[in-house]
Amino acid sequence: MTAHYDQQPVLQARGLVKRYGSVTAIDHADLALYPGEILAVIGDNGAGKSSLIKALSGALVPDEGEILLDGQPVQFNSPMQARELGIETVYQNLAVSPALNIADNLFLGRELRKPGILGSVFRMLDKKAMEERAQAKMKELGLMTIQNISQAVESLSGGQRQGVAVARSALFGSKVVIMDEPTAALGVKESRRVLNLIKEVRDRGLPIILISHNMPHVFEVADRIHIHRLGKCAATITPESHTMSEAVAIMTGAMEVDDSSAAA
Amino acid sequence: MSSANPKPSAPVLDHDKVADQAGSGSYVANFESKDSALTRFQKFLHKYPVAAPTIVLVCAIIGFSLLVGDRFLHPFNLSLVLQQVTIIGVIGVAQTLIILTAGIDLSVGAIMVLASVVMGRMAIDHGLDAGFALLIGISVGALAGLINGTLITRFKLPPFIATLGSWNVFFALNLWYSKSETIRSQDIANNAPLLQWLGETISFFGARLTYGSLLMLALFFVIWYALNWTAWGRHVYATGDDPAAAKLAGIRTDRILLSVYVLAGVVCAIGAWVLIGRIGSVSPQAGYTTNLDSITAVVIGGCSLFGGRGSIYGTLIGALVVGVFRNGLALAGVDVLWQEFTVGILIIVAVGVDQWIRKGTA
Repeated sequence: MTAHYDQQPVLQARGLVKRYGSVTAIDHADLALYPGEILAVIGDNGAGKSSLIKALSGALVPDEGEILLDGQPVQFNSPMQARELGIETVYQNLAVSPALNIADNLFLGRELRKPGILGSVFRMLDKKAMEERAQAKMKELGLMTIQNISQAVESLSGGQRQGVAVARSALFGSKVVIMDEPTAALGVKESRRVLNLIKEVRDRGLPIILISHNMPHVFEVADRIHIHRLGKCAATITPESHTMSEAVAIMTGAMEVDDSSAAA
Repeated sequence: MSSANPKPSAPVLDHDKVADQAGSGSYVANFESKDSALTRFQKFLHKYPVAAPTIVLVCAIIGFSLLVGDRFLHPFNLSLVLQQVTIIGVIGVAQTLIILTAGIDLSVGAIMVLASVVMGRMAIDHGLDAGFALLIGISVGALAGLINGTLITRFKLPPFIATLGSWNVFFALNLWYSKSETIRSQDIANNAPLLQWLGETISFFGARLTYGSLLMLALFFVIWYALNWTAWGRHVYATGDDPAAAKLAGIRTDRILLSVYVLAGVVCAIGAWVLIGRIGSVSPQAGYTTNLDSITAVVIGGCSLFGGRGSIYGTLIGALVVGVFRNGLALAGVDVLWQEFTVGILIIVAVGVDQWIRKGTA
């Protein structure tokens, strides 16, 4: 629960610019994610927050500016490259395969093979190891209301599916997890579970960037809130320093914030 | 196959899970009561897609043995059924791979015939070593698959249209290259007996198995292994199930699709070798119905035409169901037209059951 603002940011964006023809989607945007925190990114539709997130997760290559991971400049040309550097993204539309089981989904695209000749020549999957690690991760995140790790994902509820997607990011994300509207499609009770899960992941040491439209959710879990407006960061506040309506006012431009009042 | 065991479907009914679902706002209505027997059966079939065709196969075998008696159950007759389904089985392997990716391949039969003509002409007309002729034939199959795969992945054509076109193209090439002439069985026997080797039989307990049938079973095993025990297999299922999700998970779906079409082409070319063994000669007109028969076997075997669902041995069972019905009806003295009629009903019922299963758990 303790964020370390005195340390170097894990992930930092400086002066990012992305133009589509005459439209500037990102206009010299900055963002900093510190170790151990949940940074919420909010903004009106069209504010450019999804372009910013795409740039951070490798789905989009910015025209200008730099991205620093642990202080080192990095460049991603694809989501795979970002992932290899330890940045995992949980997508809004859940990148899970319904017909495959939980363990298969957790390791999809990154399967483990058996050691020795079975793995190298016969390319045999180490299903046992994958199931064990999947089981351990699900248990660690408090997701073991899910009965059976070899159960097809389509037999799970929406929140449980989201749990699988989050568990996958926690399993492989060594540096940062980016979550795009993880509660958007869920009911009240399911949302609650996913929010707890997000906190659980943060408490296990992975900093999280959370994109959400849902103000109560944001104010509940976020340590800091990055408000995006007109392609750049309008303010960075905390749930303690501002109220929800103030956040909305900043988001829509009804309230101006000078940089000095922004939290850490 | 543990698919006959209904027990594993039980956890689905667990109280925790029912309560879980009740708490979810994404459900418009919830019923606290337990699932009805029909719903449970539906879920069971959903979990084990091979269960339905297996039940049909077992019922058909019991039914025909009661109807026609010992003649049907005789090992010789059963091995005859296996021989009769060998080609459909091999081509069905290729078709299963493609249908698992939510595609369809209408050109499998044409690829098979084209490859068989190439094998025959290379060995007989050009006097190449039979083994080498086989390799060239298999390369032609791979190339044909590569063309289909490229049309679908690079030019984004729907598989149905791409392979409808290539079916005609391959068939025309086959008529052109063969000059519409059949290569006689004696010529092959004298000059390239290897091409007919798969038609030879081994006997035990009155059953007569061809090497072709054994090769088919081996092929099923190899592809089963690849689909279930390698990352490639997981990716084939994921690609067919939800291509967008597979892509987000980092799978290069175009590569998977391309590999599937090339592999299907190779399997069709192996089918060409089996075909030569079965009919002895090489005919540009042979195996004309194989296309649709292979789809029939896959569909009856429980594979979903929507992709990502089904298993490879379901296709073997599907092919056997068709074989058993045809053989049993023939032994019962029923006119051939009623065999076609029955197969047609089986297809419609199989697809209907698939729809029903999918609806129940969506």
